[in-house]
Order: sequence, then structure tokens, then C-alpha cells
Amino acid sequence: MSNANNPLTSASSALWRSEQMQRRIAKRQVRDRRFKRLGLTAVLAAAAFIVVLLSVVITRAIPGLSQAQVSLEVYFDPLVIGATPDTAATVAGRTAIVYANYGQLIAEAINRRFADVSDPDKQRQLRTLMSPGARAALRRKVLKNSDLIGTKQSIWLYLSDDADFYLRQRARSVEPLPMTSLTTKAATWLNRLQDENLTRRSFHWLFFQRGDSREPELAGILGAVMGSFLTLTVTIAIAFPVGLASAIYLEEFAPKNRFVDIVEVNINNLAAIPSIIFGLLGLAVLLNVFHLPRSSPLVGGITLALMTLPTIIIAARAAITAVPHSLREAAMAIGASPIQVVFHHVVPCAMPGIMSGTIIGMAQALGETAPLLMIGMVAFVVDVPGGLSEAATTLPVQIFLWADNPERAFTEKTSAAILVLMLFLFAMNGLAVYLRNRFETRW
Amino acid sequence: MTTNVTVFAALCICAVFYLLARGRALAFASRTAGTFQSRATFHGWWVGLVALAPVVVFIAVWAAAGQWIIETLVLQKLALADAPQTALQRQQFFVQIANILDGRAVIPPTPQVLKSAADYNDYLMLSRTAIGALSLFSCFACGLLALRRSNLNTPAQQRVERVMQIALLASSIVAVLTTFAIVLSLVFESLRFFNLVPISDLLGLQWNPQSSLSFTSQEDLGSYGIVPLLSGTLLITFVAMLVAVPIGLMSAIYLTQYAGKTFRAFAKPMLEILAGIPTVVYGFFAALIVAPAVRRAGQSFGLDVASESALAAGLVMGIMIIPFMSSLSDDALAAIPADIKDGSFALGATTAETVRQVLLPAALPGIFGAILLAVSRAIGETMIVVMAAGLAANLTFNPLESVTTVTVQIVKLLTGDQAFSSAKTLSVFALGLILFCMTLTMNAMALFIVRRYRETYE
Repeated sequence: MSNANNPLTSASSALWRSEQMQRRIAKRQVRDRRFKRLGLTAVLAAAAFIVVLLSVVITRAIPGLSQAQVSLEVYFDPLVIGATPDTAATVAGRTAIVYANYGQLIAEAINRRFADVSDPDKQRQLRTLMSPGARAALRRKVLKNSDLIGTKQSIWLYLSDDADFYLRQRARSVEPLPMTSLTTKAATWLNRLQDENLTRRSFHWLFFQRGDSREPELAGILGAVMGSFLTLTVTIAIAFPVGLASAIYLEEFAPKNRFVDIVEVNINNLAAIPSIIFGLLGLAVLLNVFHLPRSSPLVGGITLALMTLPTIIIAARAAITAVPHSLREAAMAIGASPIQVVFHHVVPCAMPGIMSGTIIGMAQALGETAPLLMIGMVAFVVDVPGGLSEAATTLPVQIFLWADNPERAFTEKTSAAILVLMLFLFAMNGLAVYLRNRFETRW
Repeated sequence: MTTNVTVFAALCICAVFYLLARGRALAFASRTAGTFQSRATFHGWWVGLVALAPVVVFIAVWAAAGQWIIETLVLQKLALADAPQTALQRQQFFVQIANILDGRAVIPPTPQVLKSAADYNDYLMLSRTAIGALSLFSCFACGLLALRRSNLNTPAQQRVERVMQIALLASSIVAVLTTFAIVLSLVFESLRFFNLVPISDLLGLQWNPQSSLSFTSQEDLGSYGIVPLLSGTLLITFVAMLVAVPIGLMSAIYLTQYAGKTFRAFAKPMLEILAGIPTVVYGFFAALIVAPAVRRAGQSFGLDVASESALAAGLVMGIMIIPFMSSLSDDALAAIPADIKDGSFALGATTAETVRQVLLPAALPGIFGAILLAVSRAIGETMIVVMAAGLAANLTFNPLESVTTVTVQIVKLLTGDQAFSSAKTLSVFALGLILFCMTLTMNAMALFIVRRYRETYE
């Protein structure tokens, strides 16, 4: 425009400013904005999914983390327990306390509370409002303090999962859904208990202190967390040294030949093999050829180590390549041998990158389910595993098992377990990012 | 347990030798002036390693051959009539013995088996003690010999570093061995399966494996046509790609071409979170929320939607693959030099025109490779389909119906408790082999396309 005298430019700028051209430009810009909005929509769609997923998990997990209890006046009848505070220390007394019929104590306490219910059938219905865990809770109390025998105590005891759900619905003043397992009669009893302030909700500590159970209110994730911990211990014990060593070899010592090419292609391929195939490998080789214990963290750990090995190798190689060559030359110039150069200088410098790669690999292994199904870690394990060769399950497998369970209360347990798993994963990924940002040197 | 004790004792002995050799070298060094072949620590390491070597050899040899030797000895003690005839019977015989020794016998054992179990146990105990004693003795002897023979001229450093280099090489072979083990175990078990079921049966249209009790009978093995499994896998993969490819590609384009720094700083970690969610969580979400929602939506249109529809599983799987697709497309777009983009802008093109007419054609091989990798990932994905897709092998291309996939069948056939050598469980390895070949082909194709058609701008 500045040189409007030039006939050529003025002609083209006139064309440029013509109405037809302006319309065309506007149209093109509209198209550009539409394209941009499309891209933004794509990103927001992914974000929306995360929000929906997290909100579903969290809203379902929160009720699973609290549990309804009822206060009952329990009379620790010495006749029912079969021991008195004086005989409790003897072997016979202790055995009696362990095997006593605490169900009867609870039944008597309920019958005293609901003295107006005399029909045995109704009384049985009343008893089903209590969790089977209430009996175990009484046993623990008596075992801890035998002076309770012969006294009357008011004790907070767990309600069953159906009763728990009903009370929660009532608290939200939602009209409770008609439920097959909870009759209207039972509902009125629960209403009475709640109106007399004899029920409460408290944080569900048991969820973090127990293994799996058939009863949702007694099922916990400690067993699965321990199983995951043991499995990951095996995984890191194998994958980290082997992965680091192969990365060092491939970056620092490997000659340029066909064999090394095959190794490199092979590592990249291994990273893309579906995880379930590693489970089949574990089944065919570790279980059927080497006869290692089925369902154990040992086998699970080895399988996951083979699976995460490529991740760790690739990350470690990237970290080692990033260390500048001058560092190696300086070390060699003062007489370090190639091994000393690598282990005294290159690897320590590359460590932040290697560690963050390893942690990401471990996070991957922690969330993995499919290969563990293949080697039998889906067993119903009540006990908290204590050793590498005991039957165990891991957190994601526990989620899979609970998700299969149709009971509503298990959906809440599943969500709570997912929440715990995701917290672990976030923590691990956060640690990896922190290590990378805090300790990595930019050369 | 005895092996653990042996290893622990051997390590203790090696540590003692390390300290002895190092101390000796240090003492020499302090008394004599001048230069030395190696530093004292290397002398220690060398003697310790020499002491450890025979233990490793003994334990490795025994781990490889010990069981076979014991089994042969046990069988030799057995009367000829009682001895198992075929290889399979032999295998079952020793599985039974292992069960008895573990204290979890299922079938009440015959006296012969019980006697063999006792023999087996005796040999096992004897061998463990013998191997333990032998390896500890040789550990001690080798260590002592190395200690006696080492002097200041021993090239300890070179030797130790040689051993370390060999260890590094061995570690890098682990990955190769893993691949070999995968291929060999899949092929070997698949061949056992094809002994029972002819390979041509795989092309059938019916998938209905039956567990037959008698191992040899051919009649009631069921049918093993994998066509419905493949069609189901492809159907779900197709739905997943319909979600993942447009969203992943568009978000990569938006993040690289349009988004500002702050938006990217928020969106990139968001996609990483999506990538980090375990698949079992996606599966739970698909089964609990998405599948019923799809069903309700279908019903409101008057459509009959199966409660485990391929659509629901495919949708969630697609969401799972978005970050994968997005980051691979991102790489493909980033590989194009800025000059080309600037040239397009200089000609007056809008960003959308630049992307569509310049960047996408240039990045096409990379994006196509990304799609292939995403497909390979979707084919191998397990948990989402196990939790949200069906079990019945329907041969259909209607996404509203329930279909099953290769991975679902692998999980379902193996999680039940059954005899390992039945055709039903062996078929899992044939499925695994097919899955492995499919994903490998996809990956190889992706690599080939990227290498063959990539424009090089230098």
C-alpha cells in the first residue's frame, strides 16, 4: 500500500480489496475458526471424560469409605461365653472365648432393644440387619479385655450393607427404593433406631485393615495393597538392574553390528506386545516349566518385570545419551577405564532420568491387570499375604474382582479401591516429574 | 529353602574372601612403593567373583537338570507295570506327586504313587544337601586358590571389568530371550493344540470350546472357528478408532498449531493423566456407566441394544487410545520443518489451510503409522473388553449387538479351574499366537511405512 504508485501492486491490491475477495477471505477465516473450534472441542472432550470419570469414581467411593453402626447394649453373658474374668487366662477359658457364640449375645441384645417383636421369624429378620462382622468385633473386644465378661456395655457394631444403604438413602431424604433383602418392617425398625440416635456413620477404617471378604462391609484392600507391594518389589528388583545394565551396554559398549541392531529392534517390538501375551509367557514358562508357585507375587513380579523392561531400557538409554561426550572424555583423560567412566561419571549424571523412567515403568506395572489374570492372581484371598510365594492378589485385580460382583455395596468398594490405586499412581507419576525437574541437569 | 540358605552362605564366604584379598593388597601397597597393576578393591572383587562362580554354575545346572534327574531316578525304582507309559501320563504322575508333597492331594493316591512320592522327597532332600555342600566347598576352594595365586601383578582390574562387561551384555540379551521365550512357548503350545484340533478348523464360523474329560476323544472338543472372534475384535477396534483417530488427531493439531502456552501447560498433563488411568478403571467405567447409557440411548431411539454392546466397549477403548494417538500425531507433526509451515503462511494461507493442505500431507506417513500402532494397541487391549464386552461369539457387524474378542476368550478360558492340557485351555495359546502375529504385523507395517514414505528434509 505504501507504494501505490506502482501499477502492478496497486492493481493487485485493488483486487485484494475488492468485495468479492473480501468475502472470500472472510469465508476462509470462518473456516479457520471452525477448524480451531473443532480442535478445541477434541481437547475438551478428553478433559470432559476425565472429569466425568473422576466424579463418578469419587461420588461412588465416598459412601464406601464410611459405614453405618448401631449402638447395642450387649450383656457379656458368662454362661454363653463359657468363661468368667477369672478363668479367662486359662487355656480352657481362652478357647471358650475364641469359640463362643457371639451371635447369641447380639441376638439377645437386639431382642432386649426390640422387646415388642416376639415372632421368631421377625426376630431372625432383625438379626440380619447386623453385619456378620459384629460377632468378630465382640470376640476381639472380649479377647482384649476379659473383664467385660459379666458386664453390660453399650457398643457400636456394624450394620449389614443393606441396612447401611437404607440409612444412607433415608439421610438424603430420598424415598428409599423397595428392596428385596430389606422388608418394610425392617425399614421401620431402622427408622426407630435412627430416630433414637442409636445409629451413626463413621470412617470405615476396616477397609484399610483387612483382606478380601464375601461381605462388602468387611472387605478391605490391605491384602491387595500388600500383594501389589510385594509384586512391585520383585518387579523393581529384576527390571531395574537388568534394564539399566542393558541400556548401559547398548549405549556405551555395544559394537555397531547386526546383533546389536536385532537387540534394538527387538526391544522396540517388545514394548508394543500386548500385556496379556506376557501373561501367557508367565503361564507357559514360569508356571508350567519352572513350577514356580501359582498366584504368587514372585511369578507376578517376574512377569511384570519382563513387561516393563523395554520401558526402563528406552528411558535409561535416553538419559545416558543426554550426558555430554566431553564428560566421558574428561574422565578418560585422567585415566579412568571405560567401566569406571560409565559407573563413576555417566550413570550418576543420568540417574534422575533413569529413576523417573523406572518410576513410570513401575506405575505402568502397578496398574496392570491382564497378565496377572493369566498366572492365577485372581484367587479369592482373605489373608493378607506376607511372603513372595504365598497366594496373593493385587490392587487392580481386586478392583476387577469386586467390579464383577453384582452387589451394590461392592460397587462402592470398587470405587474406593480405584481411588486408592489412582492416588498411588498420581503420587508415583508426580514423583517422576519432580525428580526430572529437580535433579536433571540441562547440559 | 535350602537353596536360599546355600546362596546366603556362599555370599557370606565371598564377602569374607573380598575383605581378605582387599586387605592383603592394601597391606602390600602400604609396604611397597611404586606402581601397581590394580587397586586393592579390584583384587577383592576378583577373588570374591572367583569364589562365587562355581556356586552359580552348580545352582544353574541343578535348576536346569535337577528335576529331570530326580524324576528318572524315581521312575527307575518303580515296577515296570506301574510306571507311566506316555509322556502325558508321566507328567500327570509327577503333578500328582507334587500335589501330595504340597499337602493338597485332590484324588486319593494309590500306594505306588505314595511310595514314589516318598522316594521323590528323599531324593529331593538328598540332592539339596549334596548340592549345598558341594557348592559351598567349591566356593571355599576356588576362593582360597584365587587368594593364594593373586599377587601384585595380577591384572585384577582388567579381569573384573571383563566380567562386568559380560554381565552387561548378558542383561541386554534378556530382552531378546524374552521375545524368543514368547514365540517358542506360543508356538509349542499351539502345536499341541493343533494335534488335537486340525488347523483348518480355525477357519470355521463357530466358536464353542468344550472341555472334554478324556484327553484323546475327538468328538466333544467343541468347535474352534476363530472368525467370530476376529470379527468381534475388528468391530470393537473399528468403533474405538472412530473415536480415537479424529479426537486424537484434532487435539494434536490444536495443541501444536493453535493453543497458547498456558493452555498447552494444562492440556498436556491432562492427556498424560488420561494415558495413566489403568485399563481396569476404564473397564469398570464402561461396564457401570457407558454400557447402560448406550443401552438407554438406543432404547429412546427405539433400538434394541445389547447390555454388553460392542459400541460401549469400543467407545471407552477409543477414549483410552486418544492420548496415544494424540502424542504420536504430535510427533509426526513436529517432525515437519518449520520452513514448510512458514512458507505456507507466507503465501497467505490460514492455519487451517496450512494444516490441511501442507502439514497433514507431509505428516501422512507418520499419522498412518500412528493409526496402525493404535489399532495394534486396541486389538491387544484386554481389561476393557473383558469387563464390558460379551462372551457369546456372535458373527455380526452390528455394533449394537454383543460380540466377543480374542483377548476376552483368552481370559475367560484360563480363569476357570481346569486341567491344563485340555484342548480348551490349549486353544488359548493358539489365540495368543494369532494375537501376537497380528500386533507384530501392525507394528512392523507402521515402522515400514514411516521409514519408506517419510520425507527427509535435509
